[in-house]
Amino acid sequence: MPTVTMTVNGMERSGTVEGRTLLVDFLREHLGLTGTHVGCDTSQCGACVVHVNGTSVKSCTCLAVQADGADVTTIEGLANGADLHPMQEAFREHHGLQCGFCTPGMVMSAVDLANRDSDPSEHDVREWLEGNLCRCTGYHNIVKAVQAGARAMGGGS
Amino acid sequence: MNDFTYHAPTSLDDAVAALRGAEGGTLIAGGQSLLPIMKLNLAAPTDVVSLAGVAGLDGITDDGDSVTVGAMCTHAQVAGSATVQGRIPALAAMADGIGDAQVRNAGTIGGSLAHNDPAADYPAACVALGATIVTDRREIGADDYFQGMFMTALEDDEIITAVRFPVPSRAAYAKFANPASKYAVAGVMVADGPAGVRVAVTGASGDGVFRMAEMESALGDSFGAEAVAGMGVSSHGLLSDTAADADYRAHLVTVMAKRAVEACG
Ligand code: FES
Ligand code: FES
Repeated sequence: MPTVTMTVNGMERSGTVEGRTLLVDFLREHLGLTGTHVGCDTSQCGACVVHVNGTSVKSCTCLAVQADGADVTTIEGLANGADLHPMQEAFREHHGLQCGFCTPGMVMSAVDLANRDSDPSEHDVREWLEGNLCRCTGYHNIVKAVQAGARAMGGGS
Repeated sequence: MNDFTYHAPTSLDDAVAALRGAEGGTLIAGGQSLLPIMKLNLAAPTDVVSLAGVAGLDGITDDGDSVTVGAMCTHAQVAGSATVQGRIPALAAMADGIGDAQVRNAGTIGGSLAHNDPAADYPAACVALGATIVTDRREIGADDYFQGMFMTALEDDEIITAVRFPVPSRAAYAKFANPASKYAVAGVMVADGPAGVRVAVTGASGDGVFRMAEMESALGDSFGAEAVAGMGVSSHGLLSDTAADADYRAHLVTVMAKRAVEACG
């Protein structure tokens, strides 16, 4: 069985996996990082979004072996101790979540957008979040949160 | 998903050797088409050979009268490339409309073309622009490459290395997307290039991409939306599914063609 080694939230982590082990299962089951969620398992919902080498991907549609050697950031890697990441803070401030199931993926997707565009328009945010589904909020406050979070990040994470 | 042996070769030769040595091997690029069908057990390879570590499959180059896109370029890279935006803006815009942001960050042009989903966007772009599919052993014109649903001219152990797009004088893509999947219910690429006017349709037929000869000749005579606006399209052989029936798809082909011509400016 293959062994994978990757940097996860700044720490080197290794594990023995099957070829078919999905990245999200490696993160959740092997590393216990259950902040990354599985909603659909079919690339639709975005609950599983993490960053691989700085860009957002759906970790349910990525093999753990594909991320061997990569730099992975999950929702657990954003906050600095008790200090929330600016995007997390913006979601709290703007009430961008209700049940919270979609939130880790929303935030990771939003941080990727903010890294590309420090002042996205409402339209840009809605387009970017095409692959992140929320069954609670109606998106309105999420969009506001992402715009505020992006501005607070000021072009960097 | 069945388990498999994973290979991470660093050269094309090693990748071909891994495929040849496998009972039922397949290539993986970004995995955005392959992994979903493996989860459904519609594909159950014994061996999966990754192209991620193979050098020379990335990069986008401006060759003057054409633009060459490396097979492992993601949709996001094509959409964000200053070269593609400058030389073939229709191609950049098309890539920017594939799936969603995360799919575009992982999915590749080579993977999409090797898979040849009948509703994918790239086949329409390749056929309309008269692209050449470059592999590890030969070059294949787009008209010969696509051979029906999920079927291509590729041999079992052949690897796409790049795609070469002639620069058109004008081109545009219009897609009526399935709101859930973002795949094309009907998508039409119109290009006025070195090979004349070409109109390629994706999503509408279960056989995959096809050309609209009647529209091509009408636009060749007089390039304008009115040349195609009134042109009926036969629904014979078009797809009927829960998203749209064949008559509706036929109607959409005309509407998308008209929009694409208008967007050519
Ligand atoms: S769990 Fe990955 S997209 Fe839904
Ligand atoms: S907050 Fe419940 S799914 Fe988004």
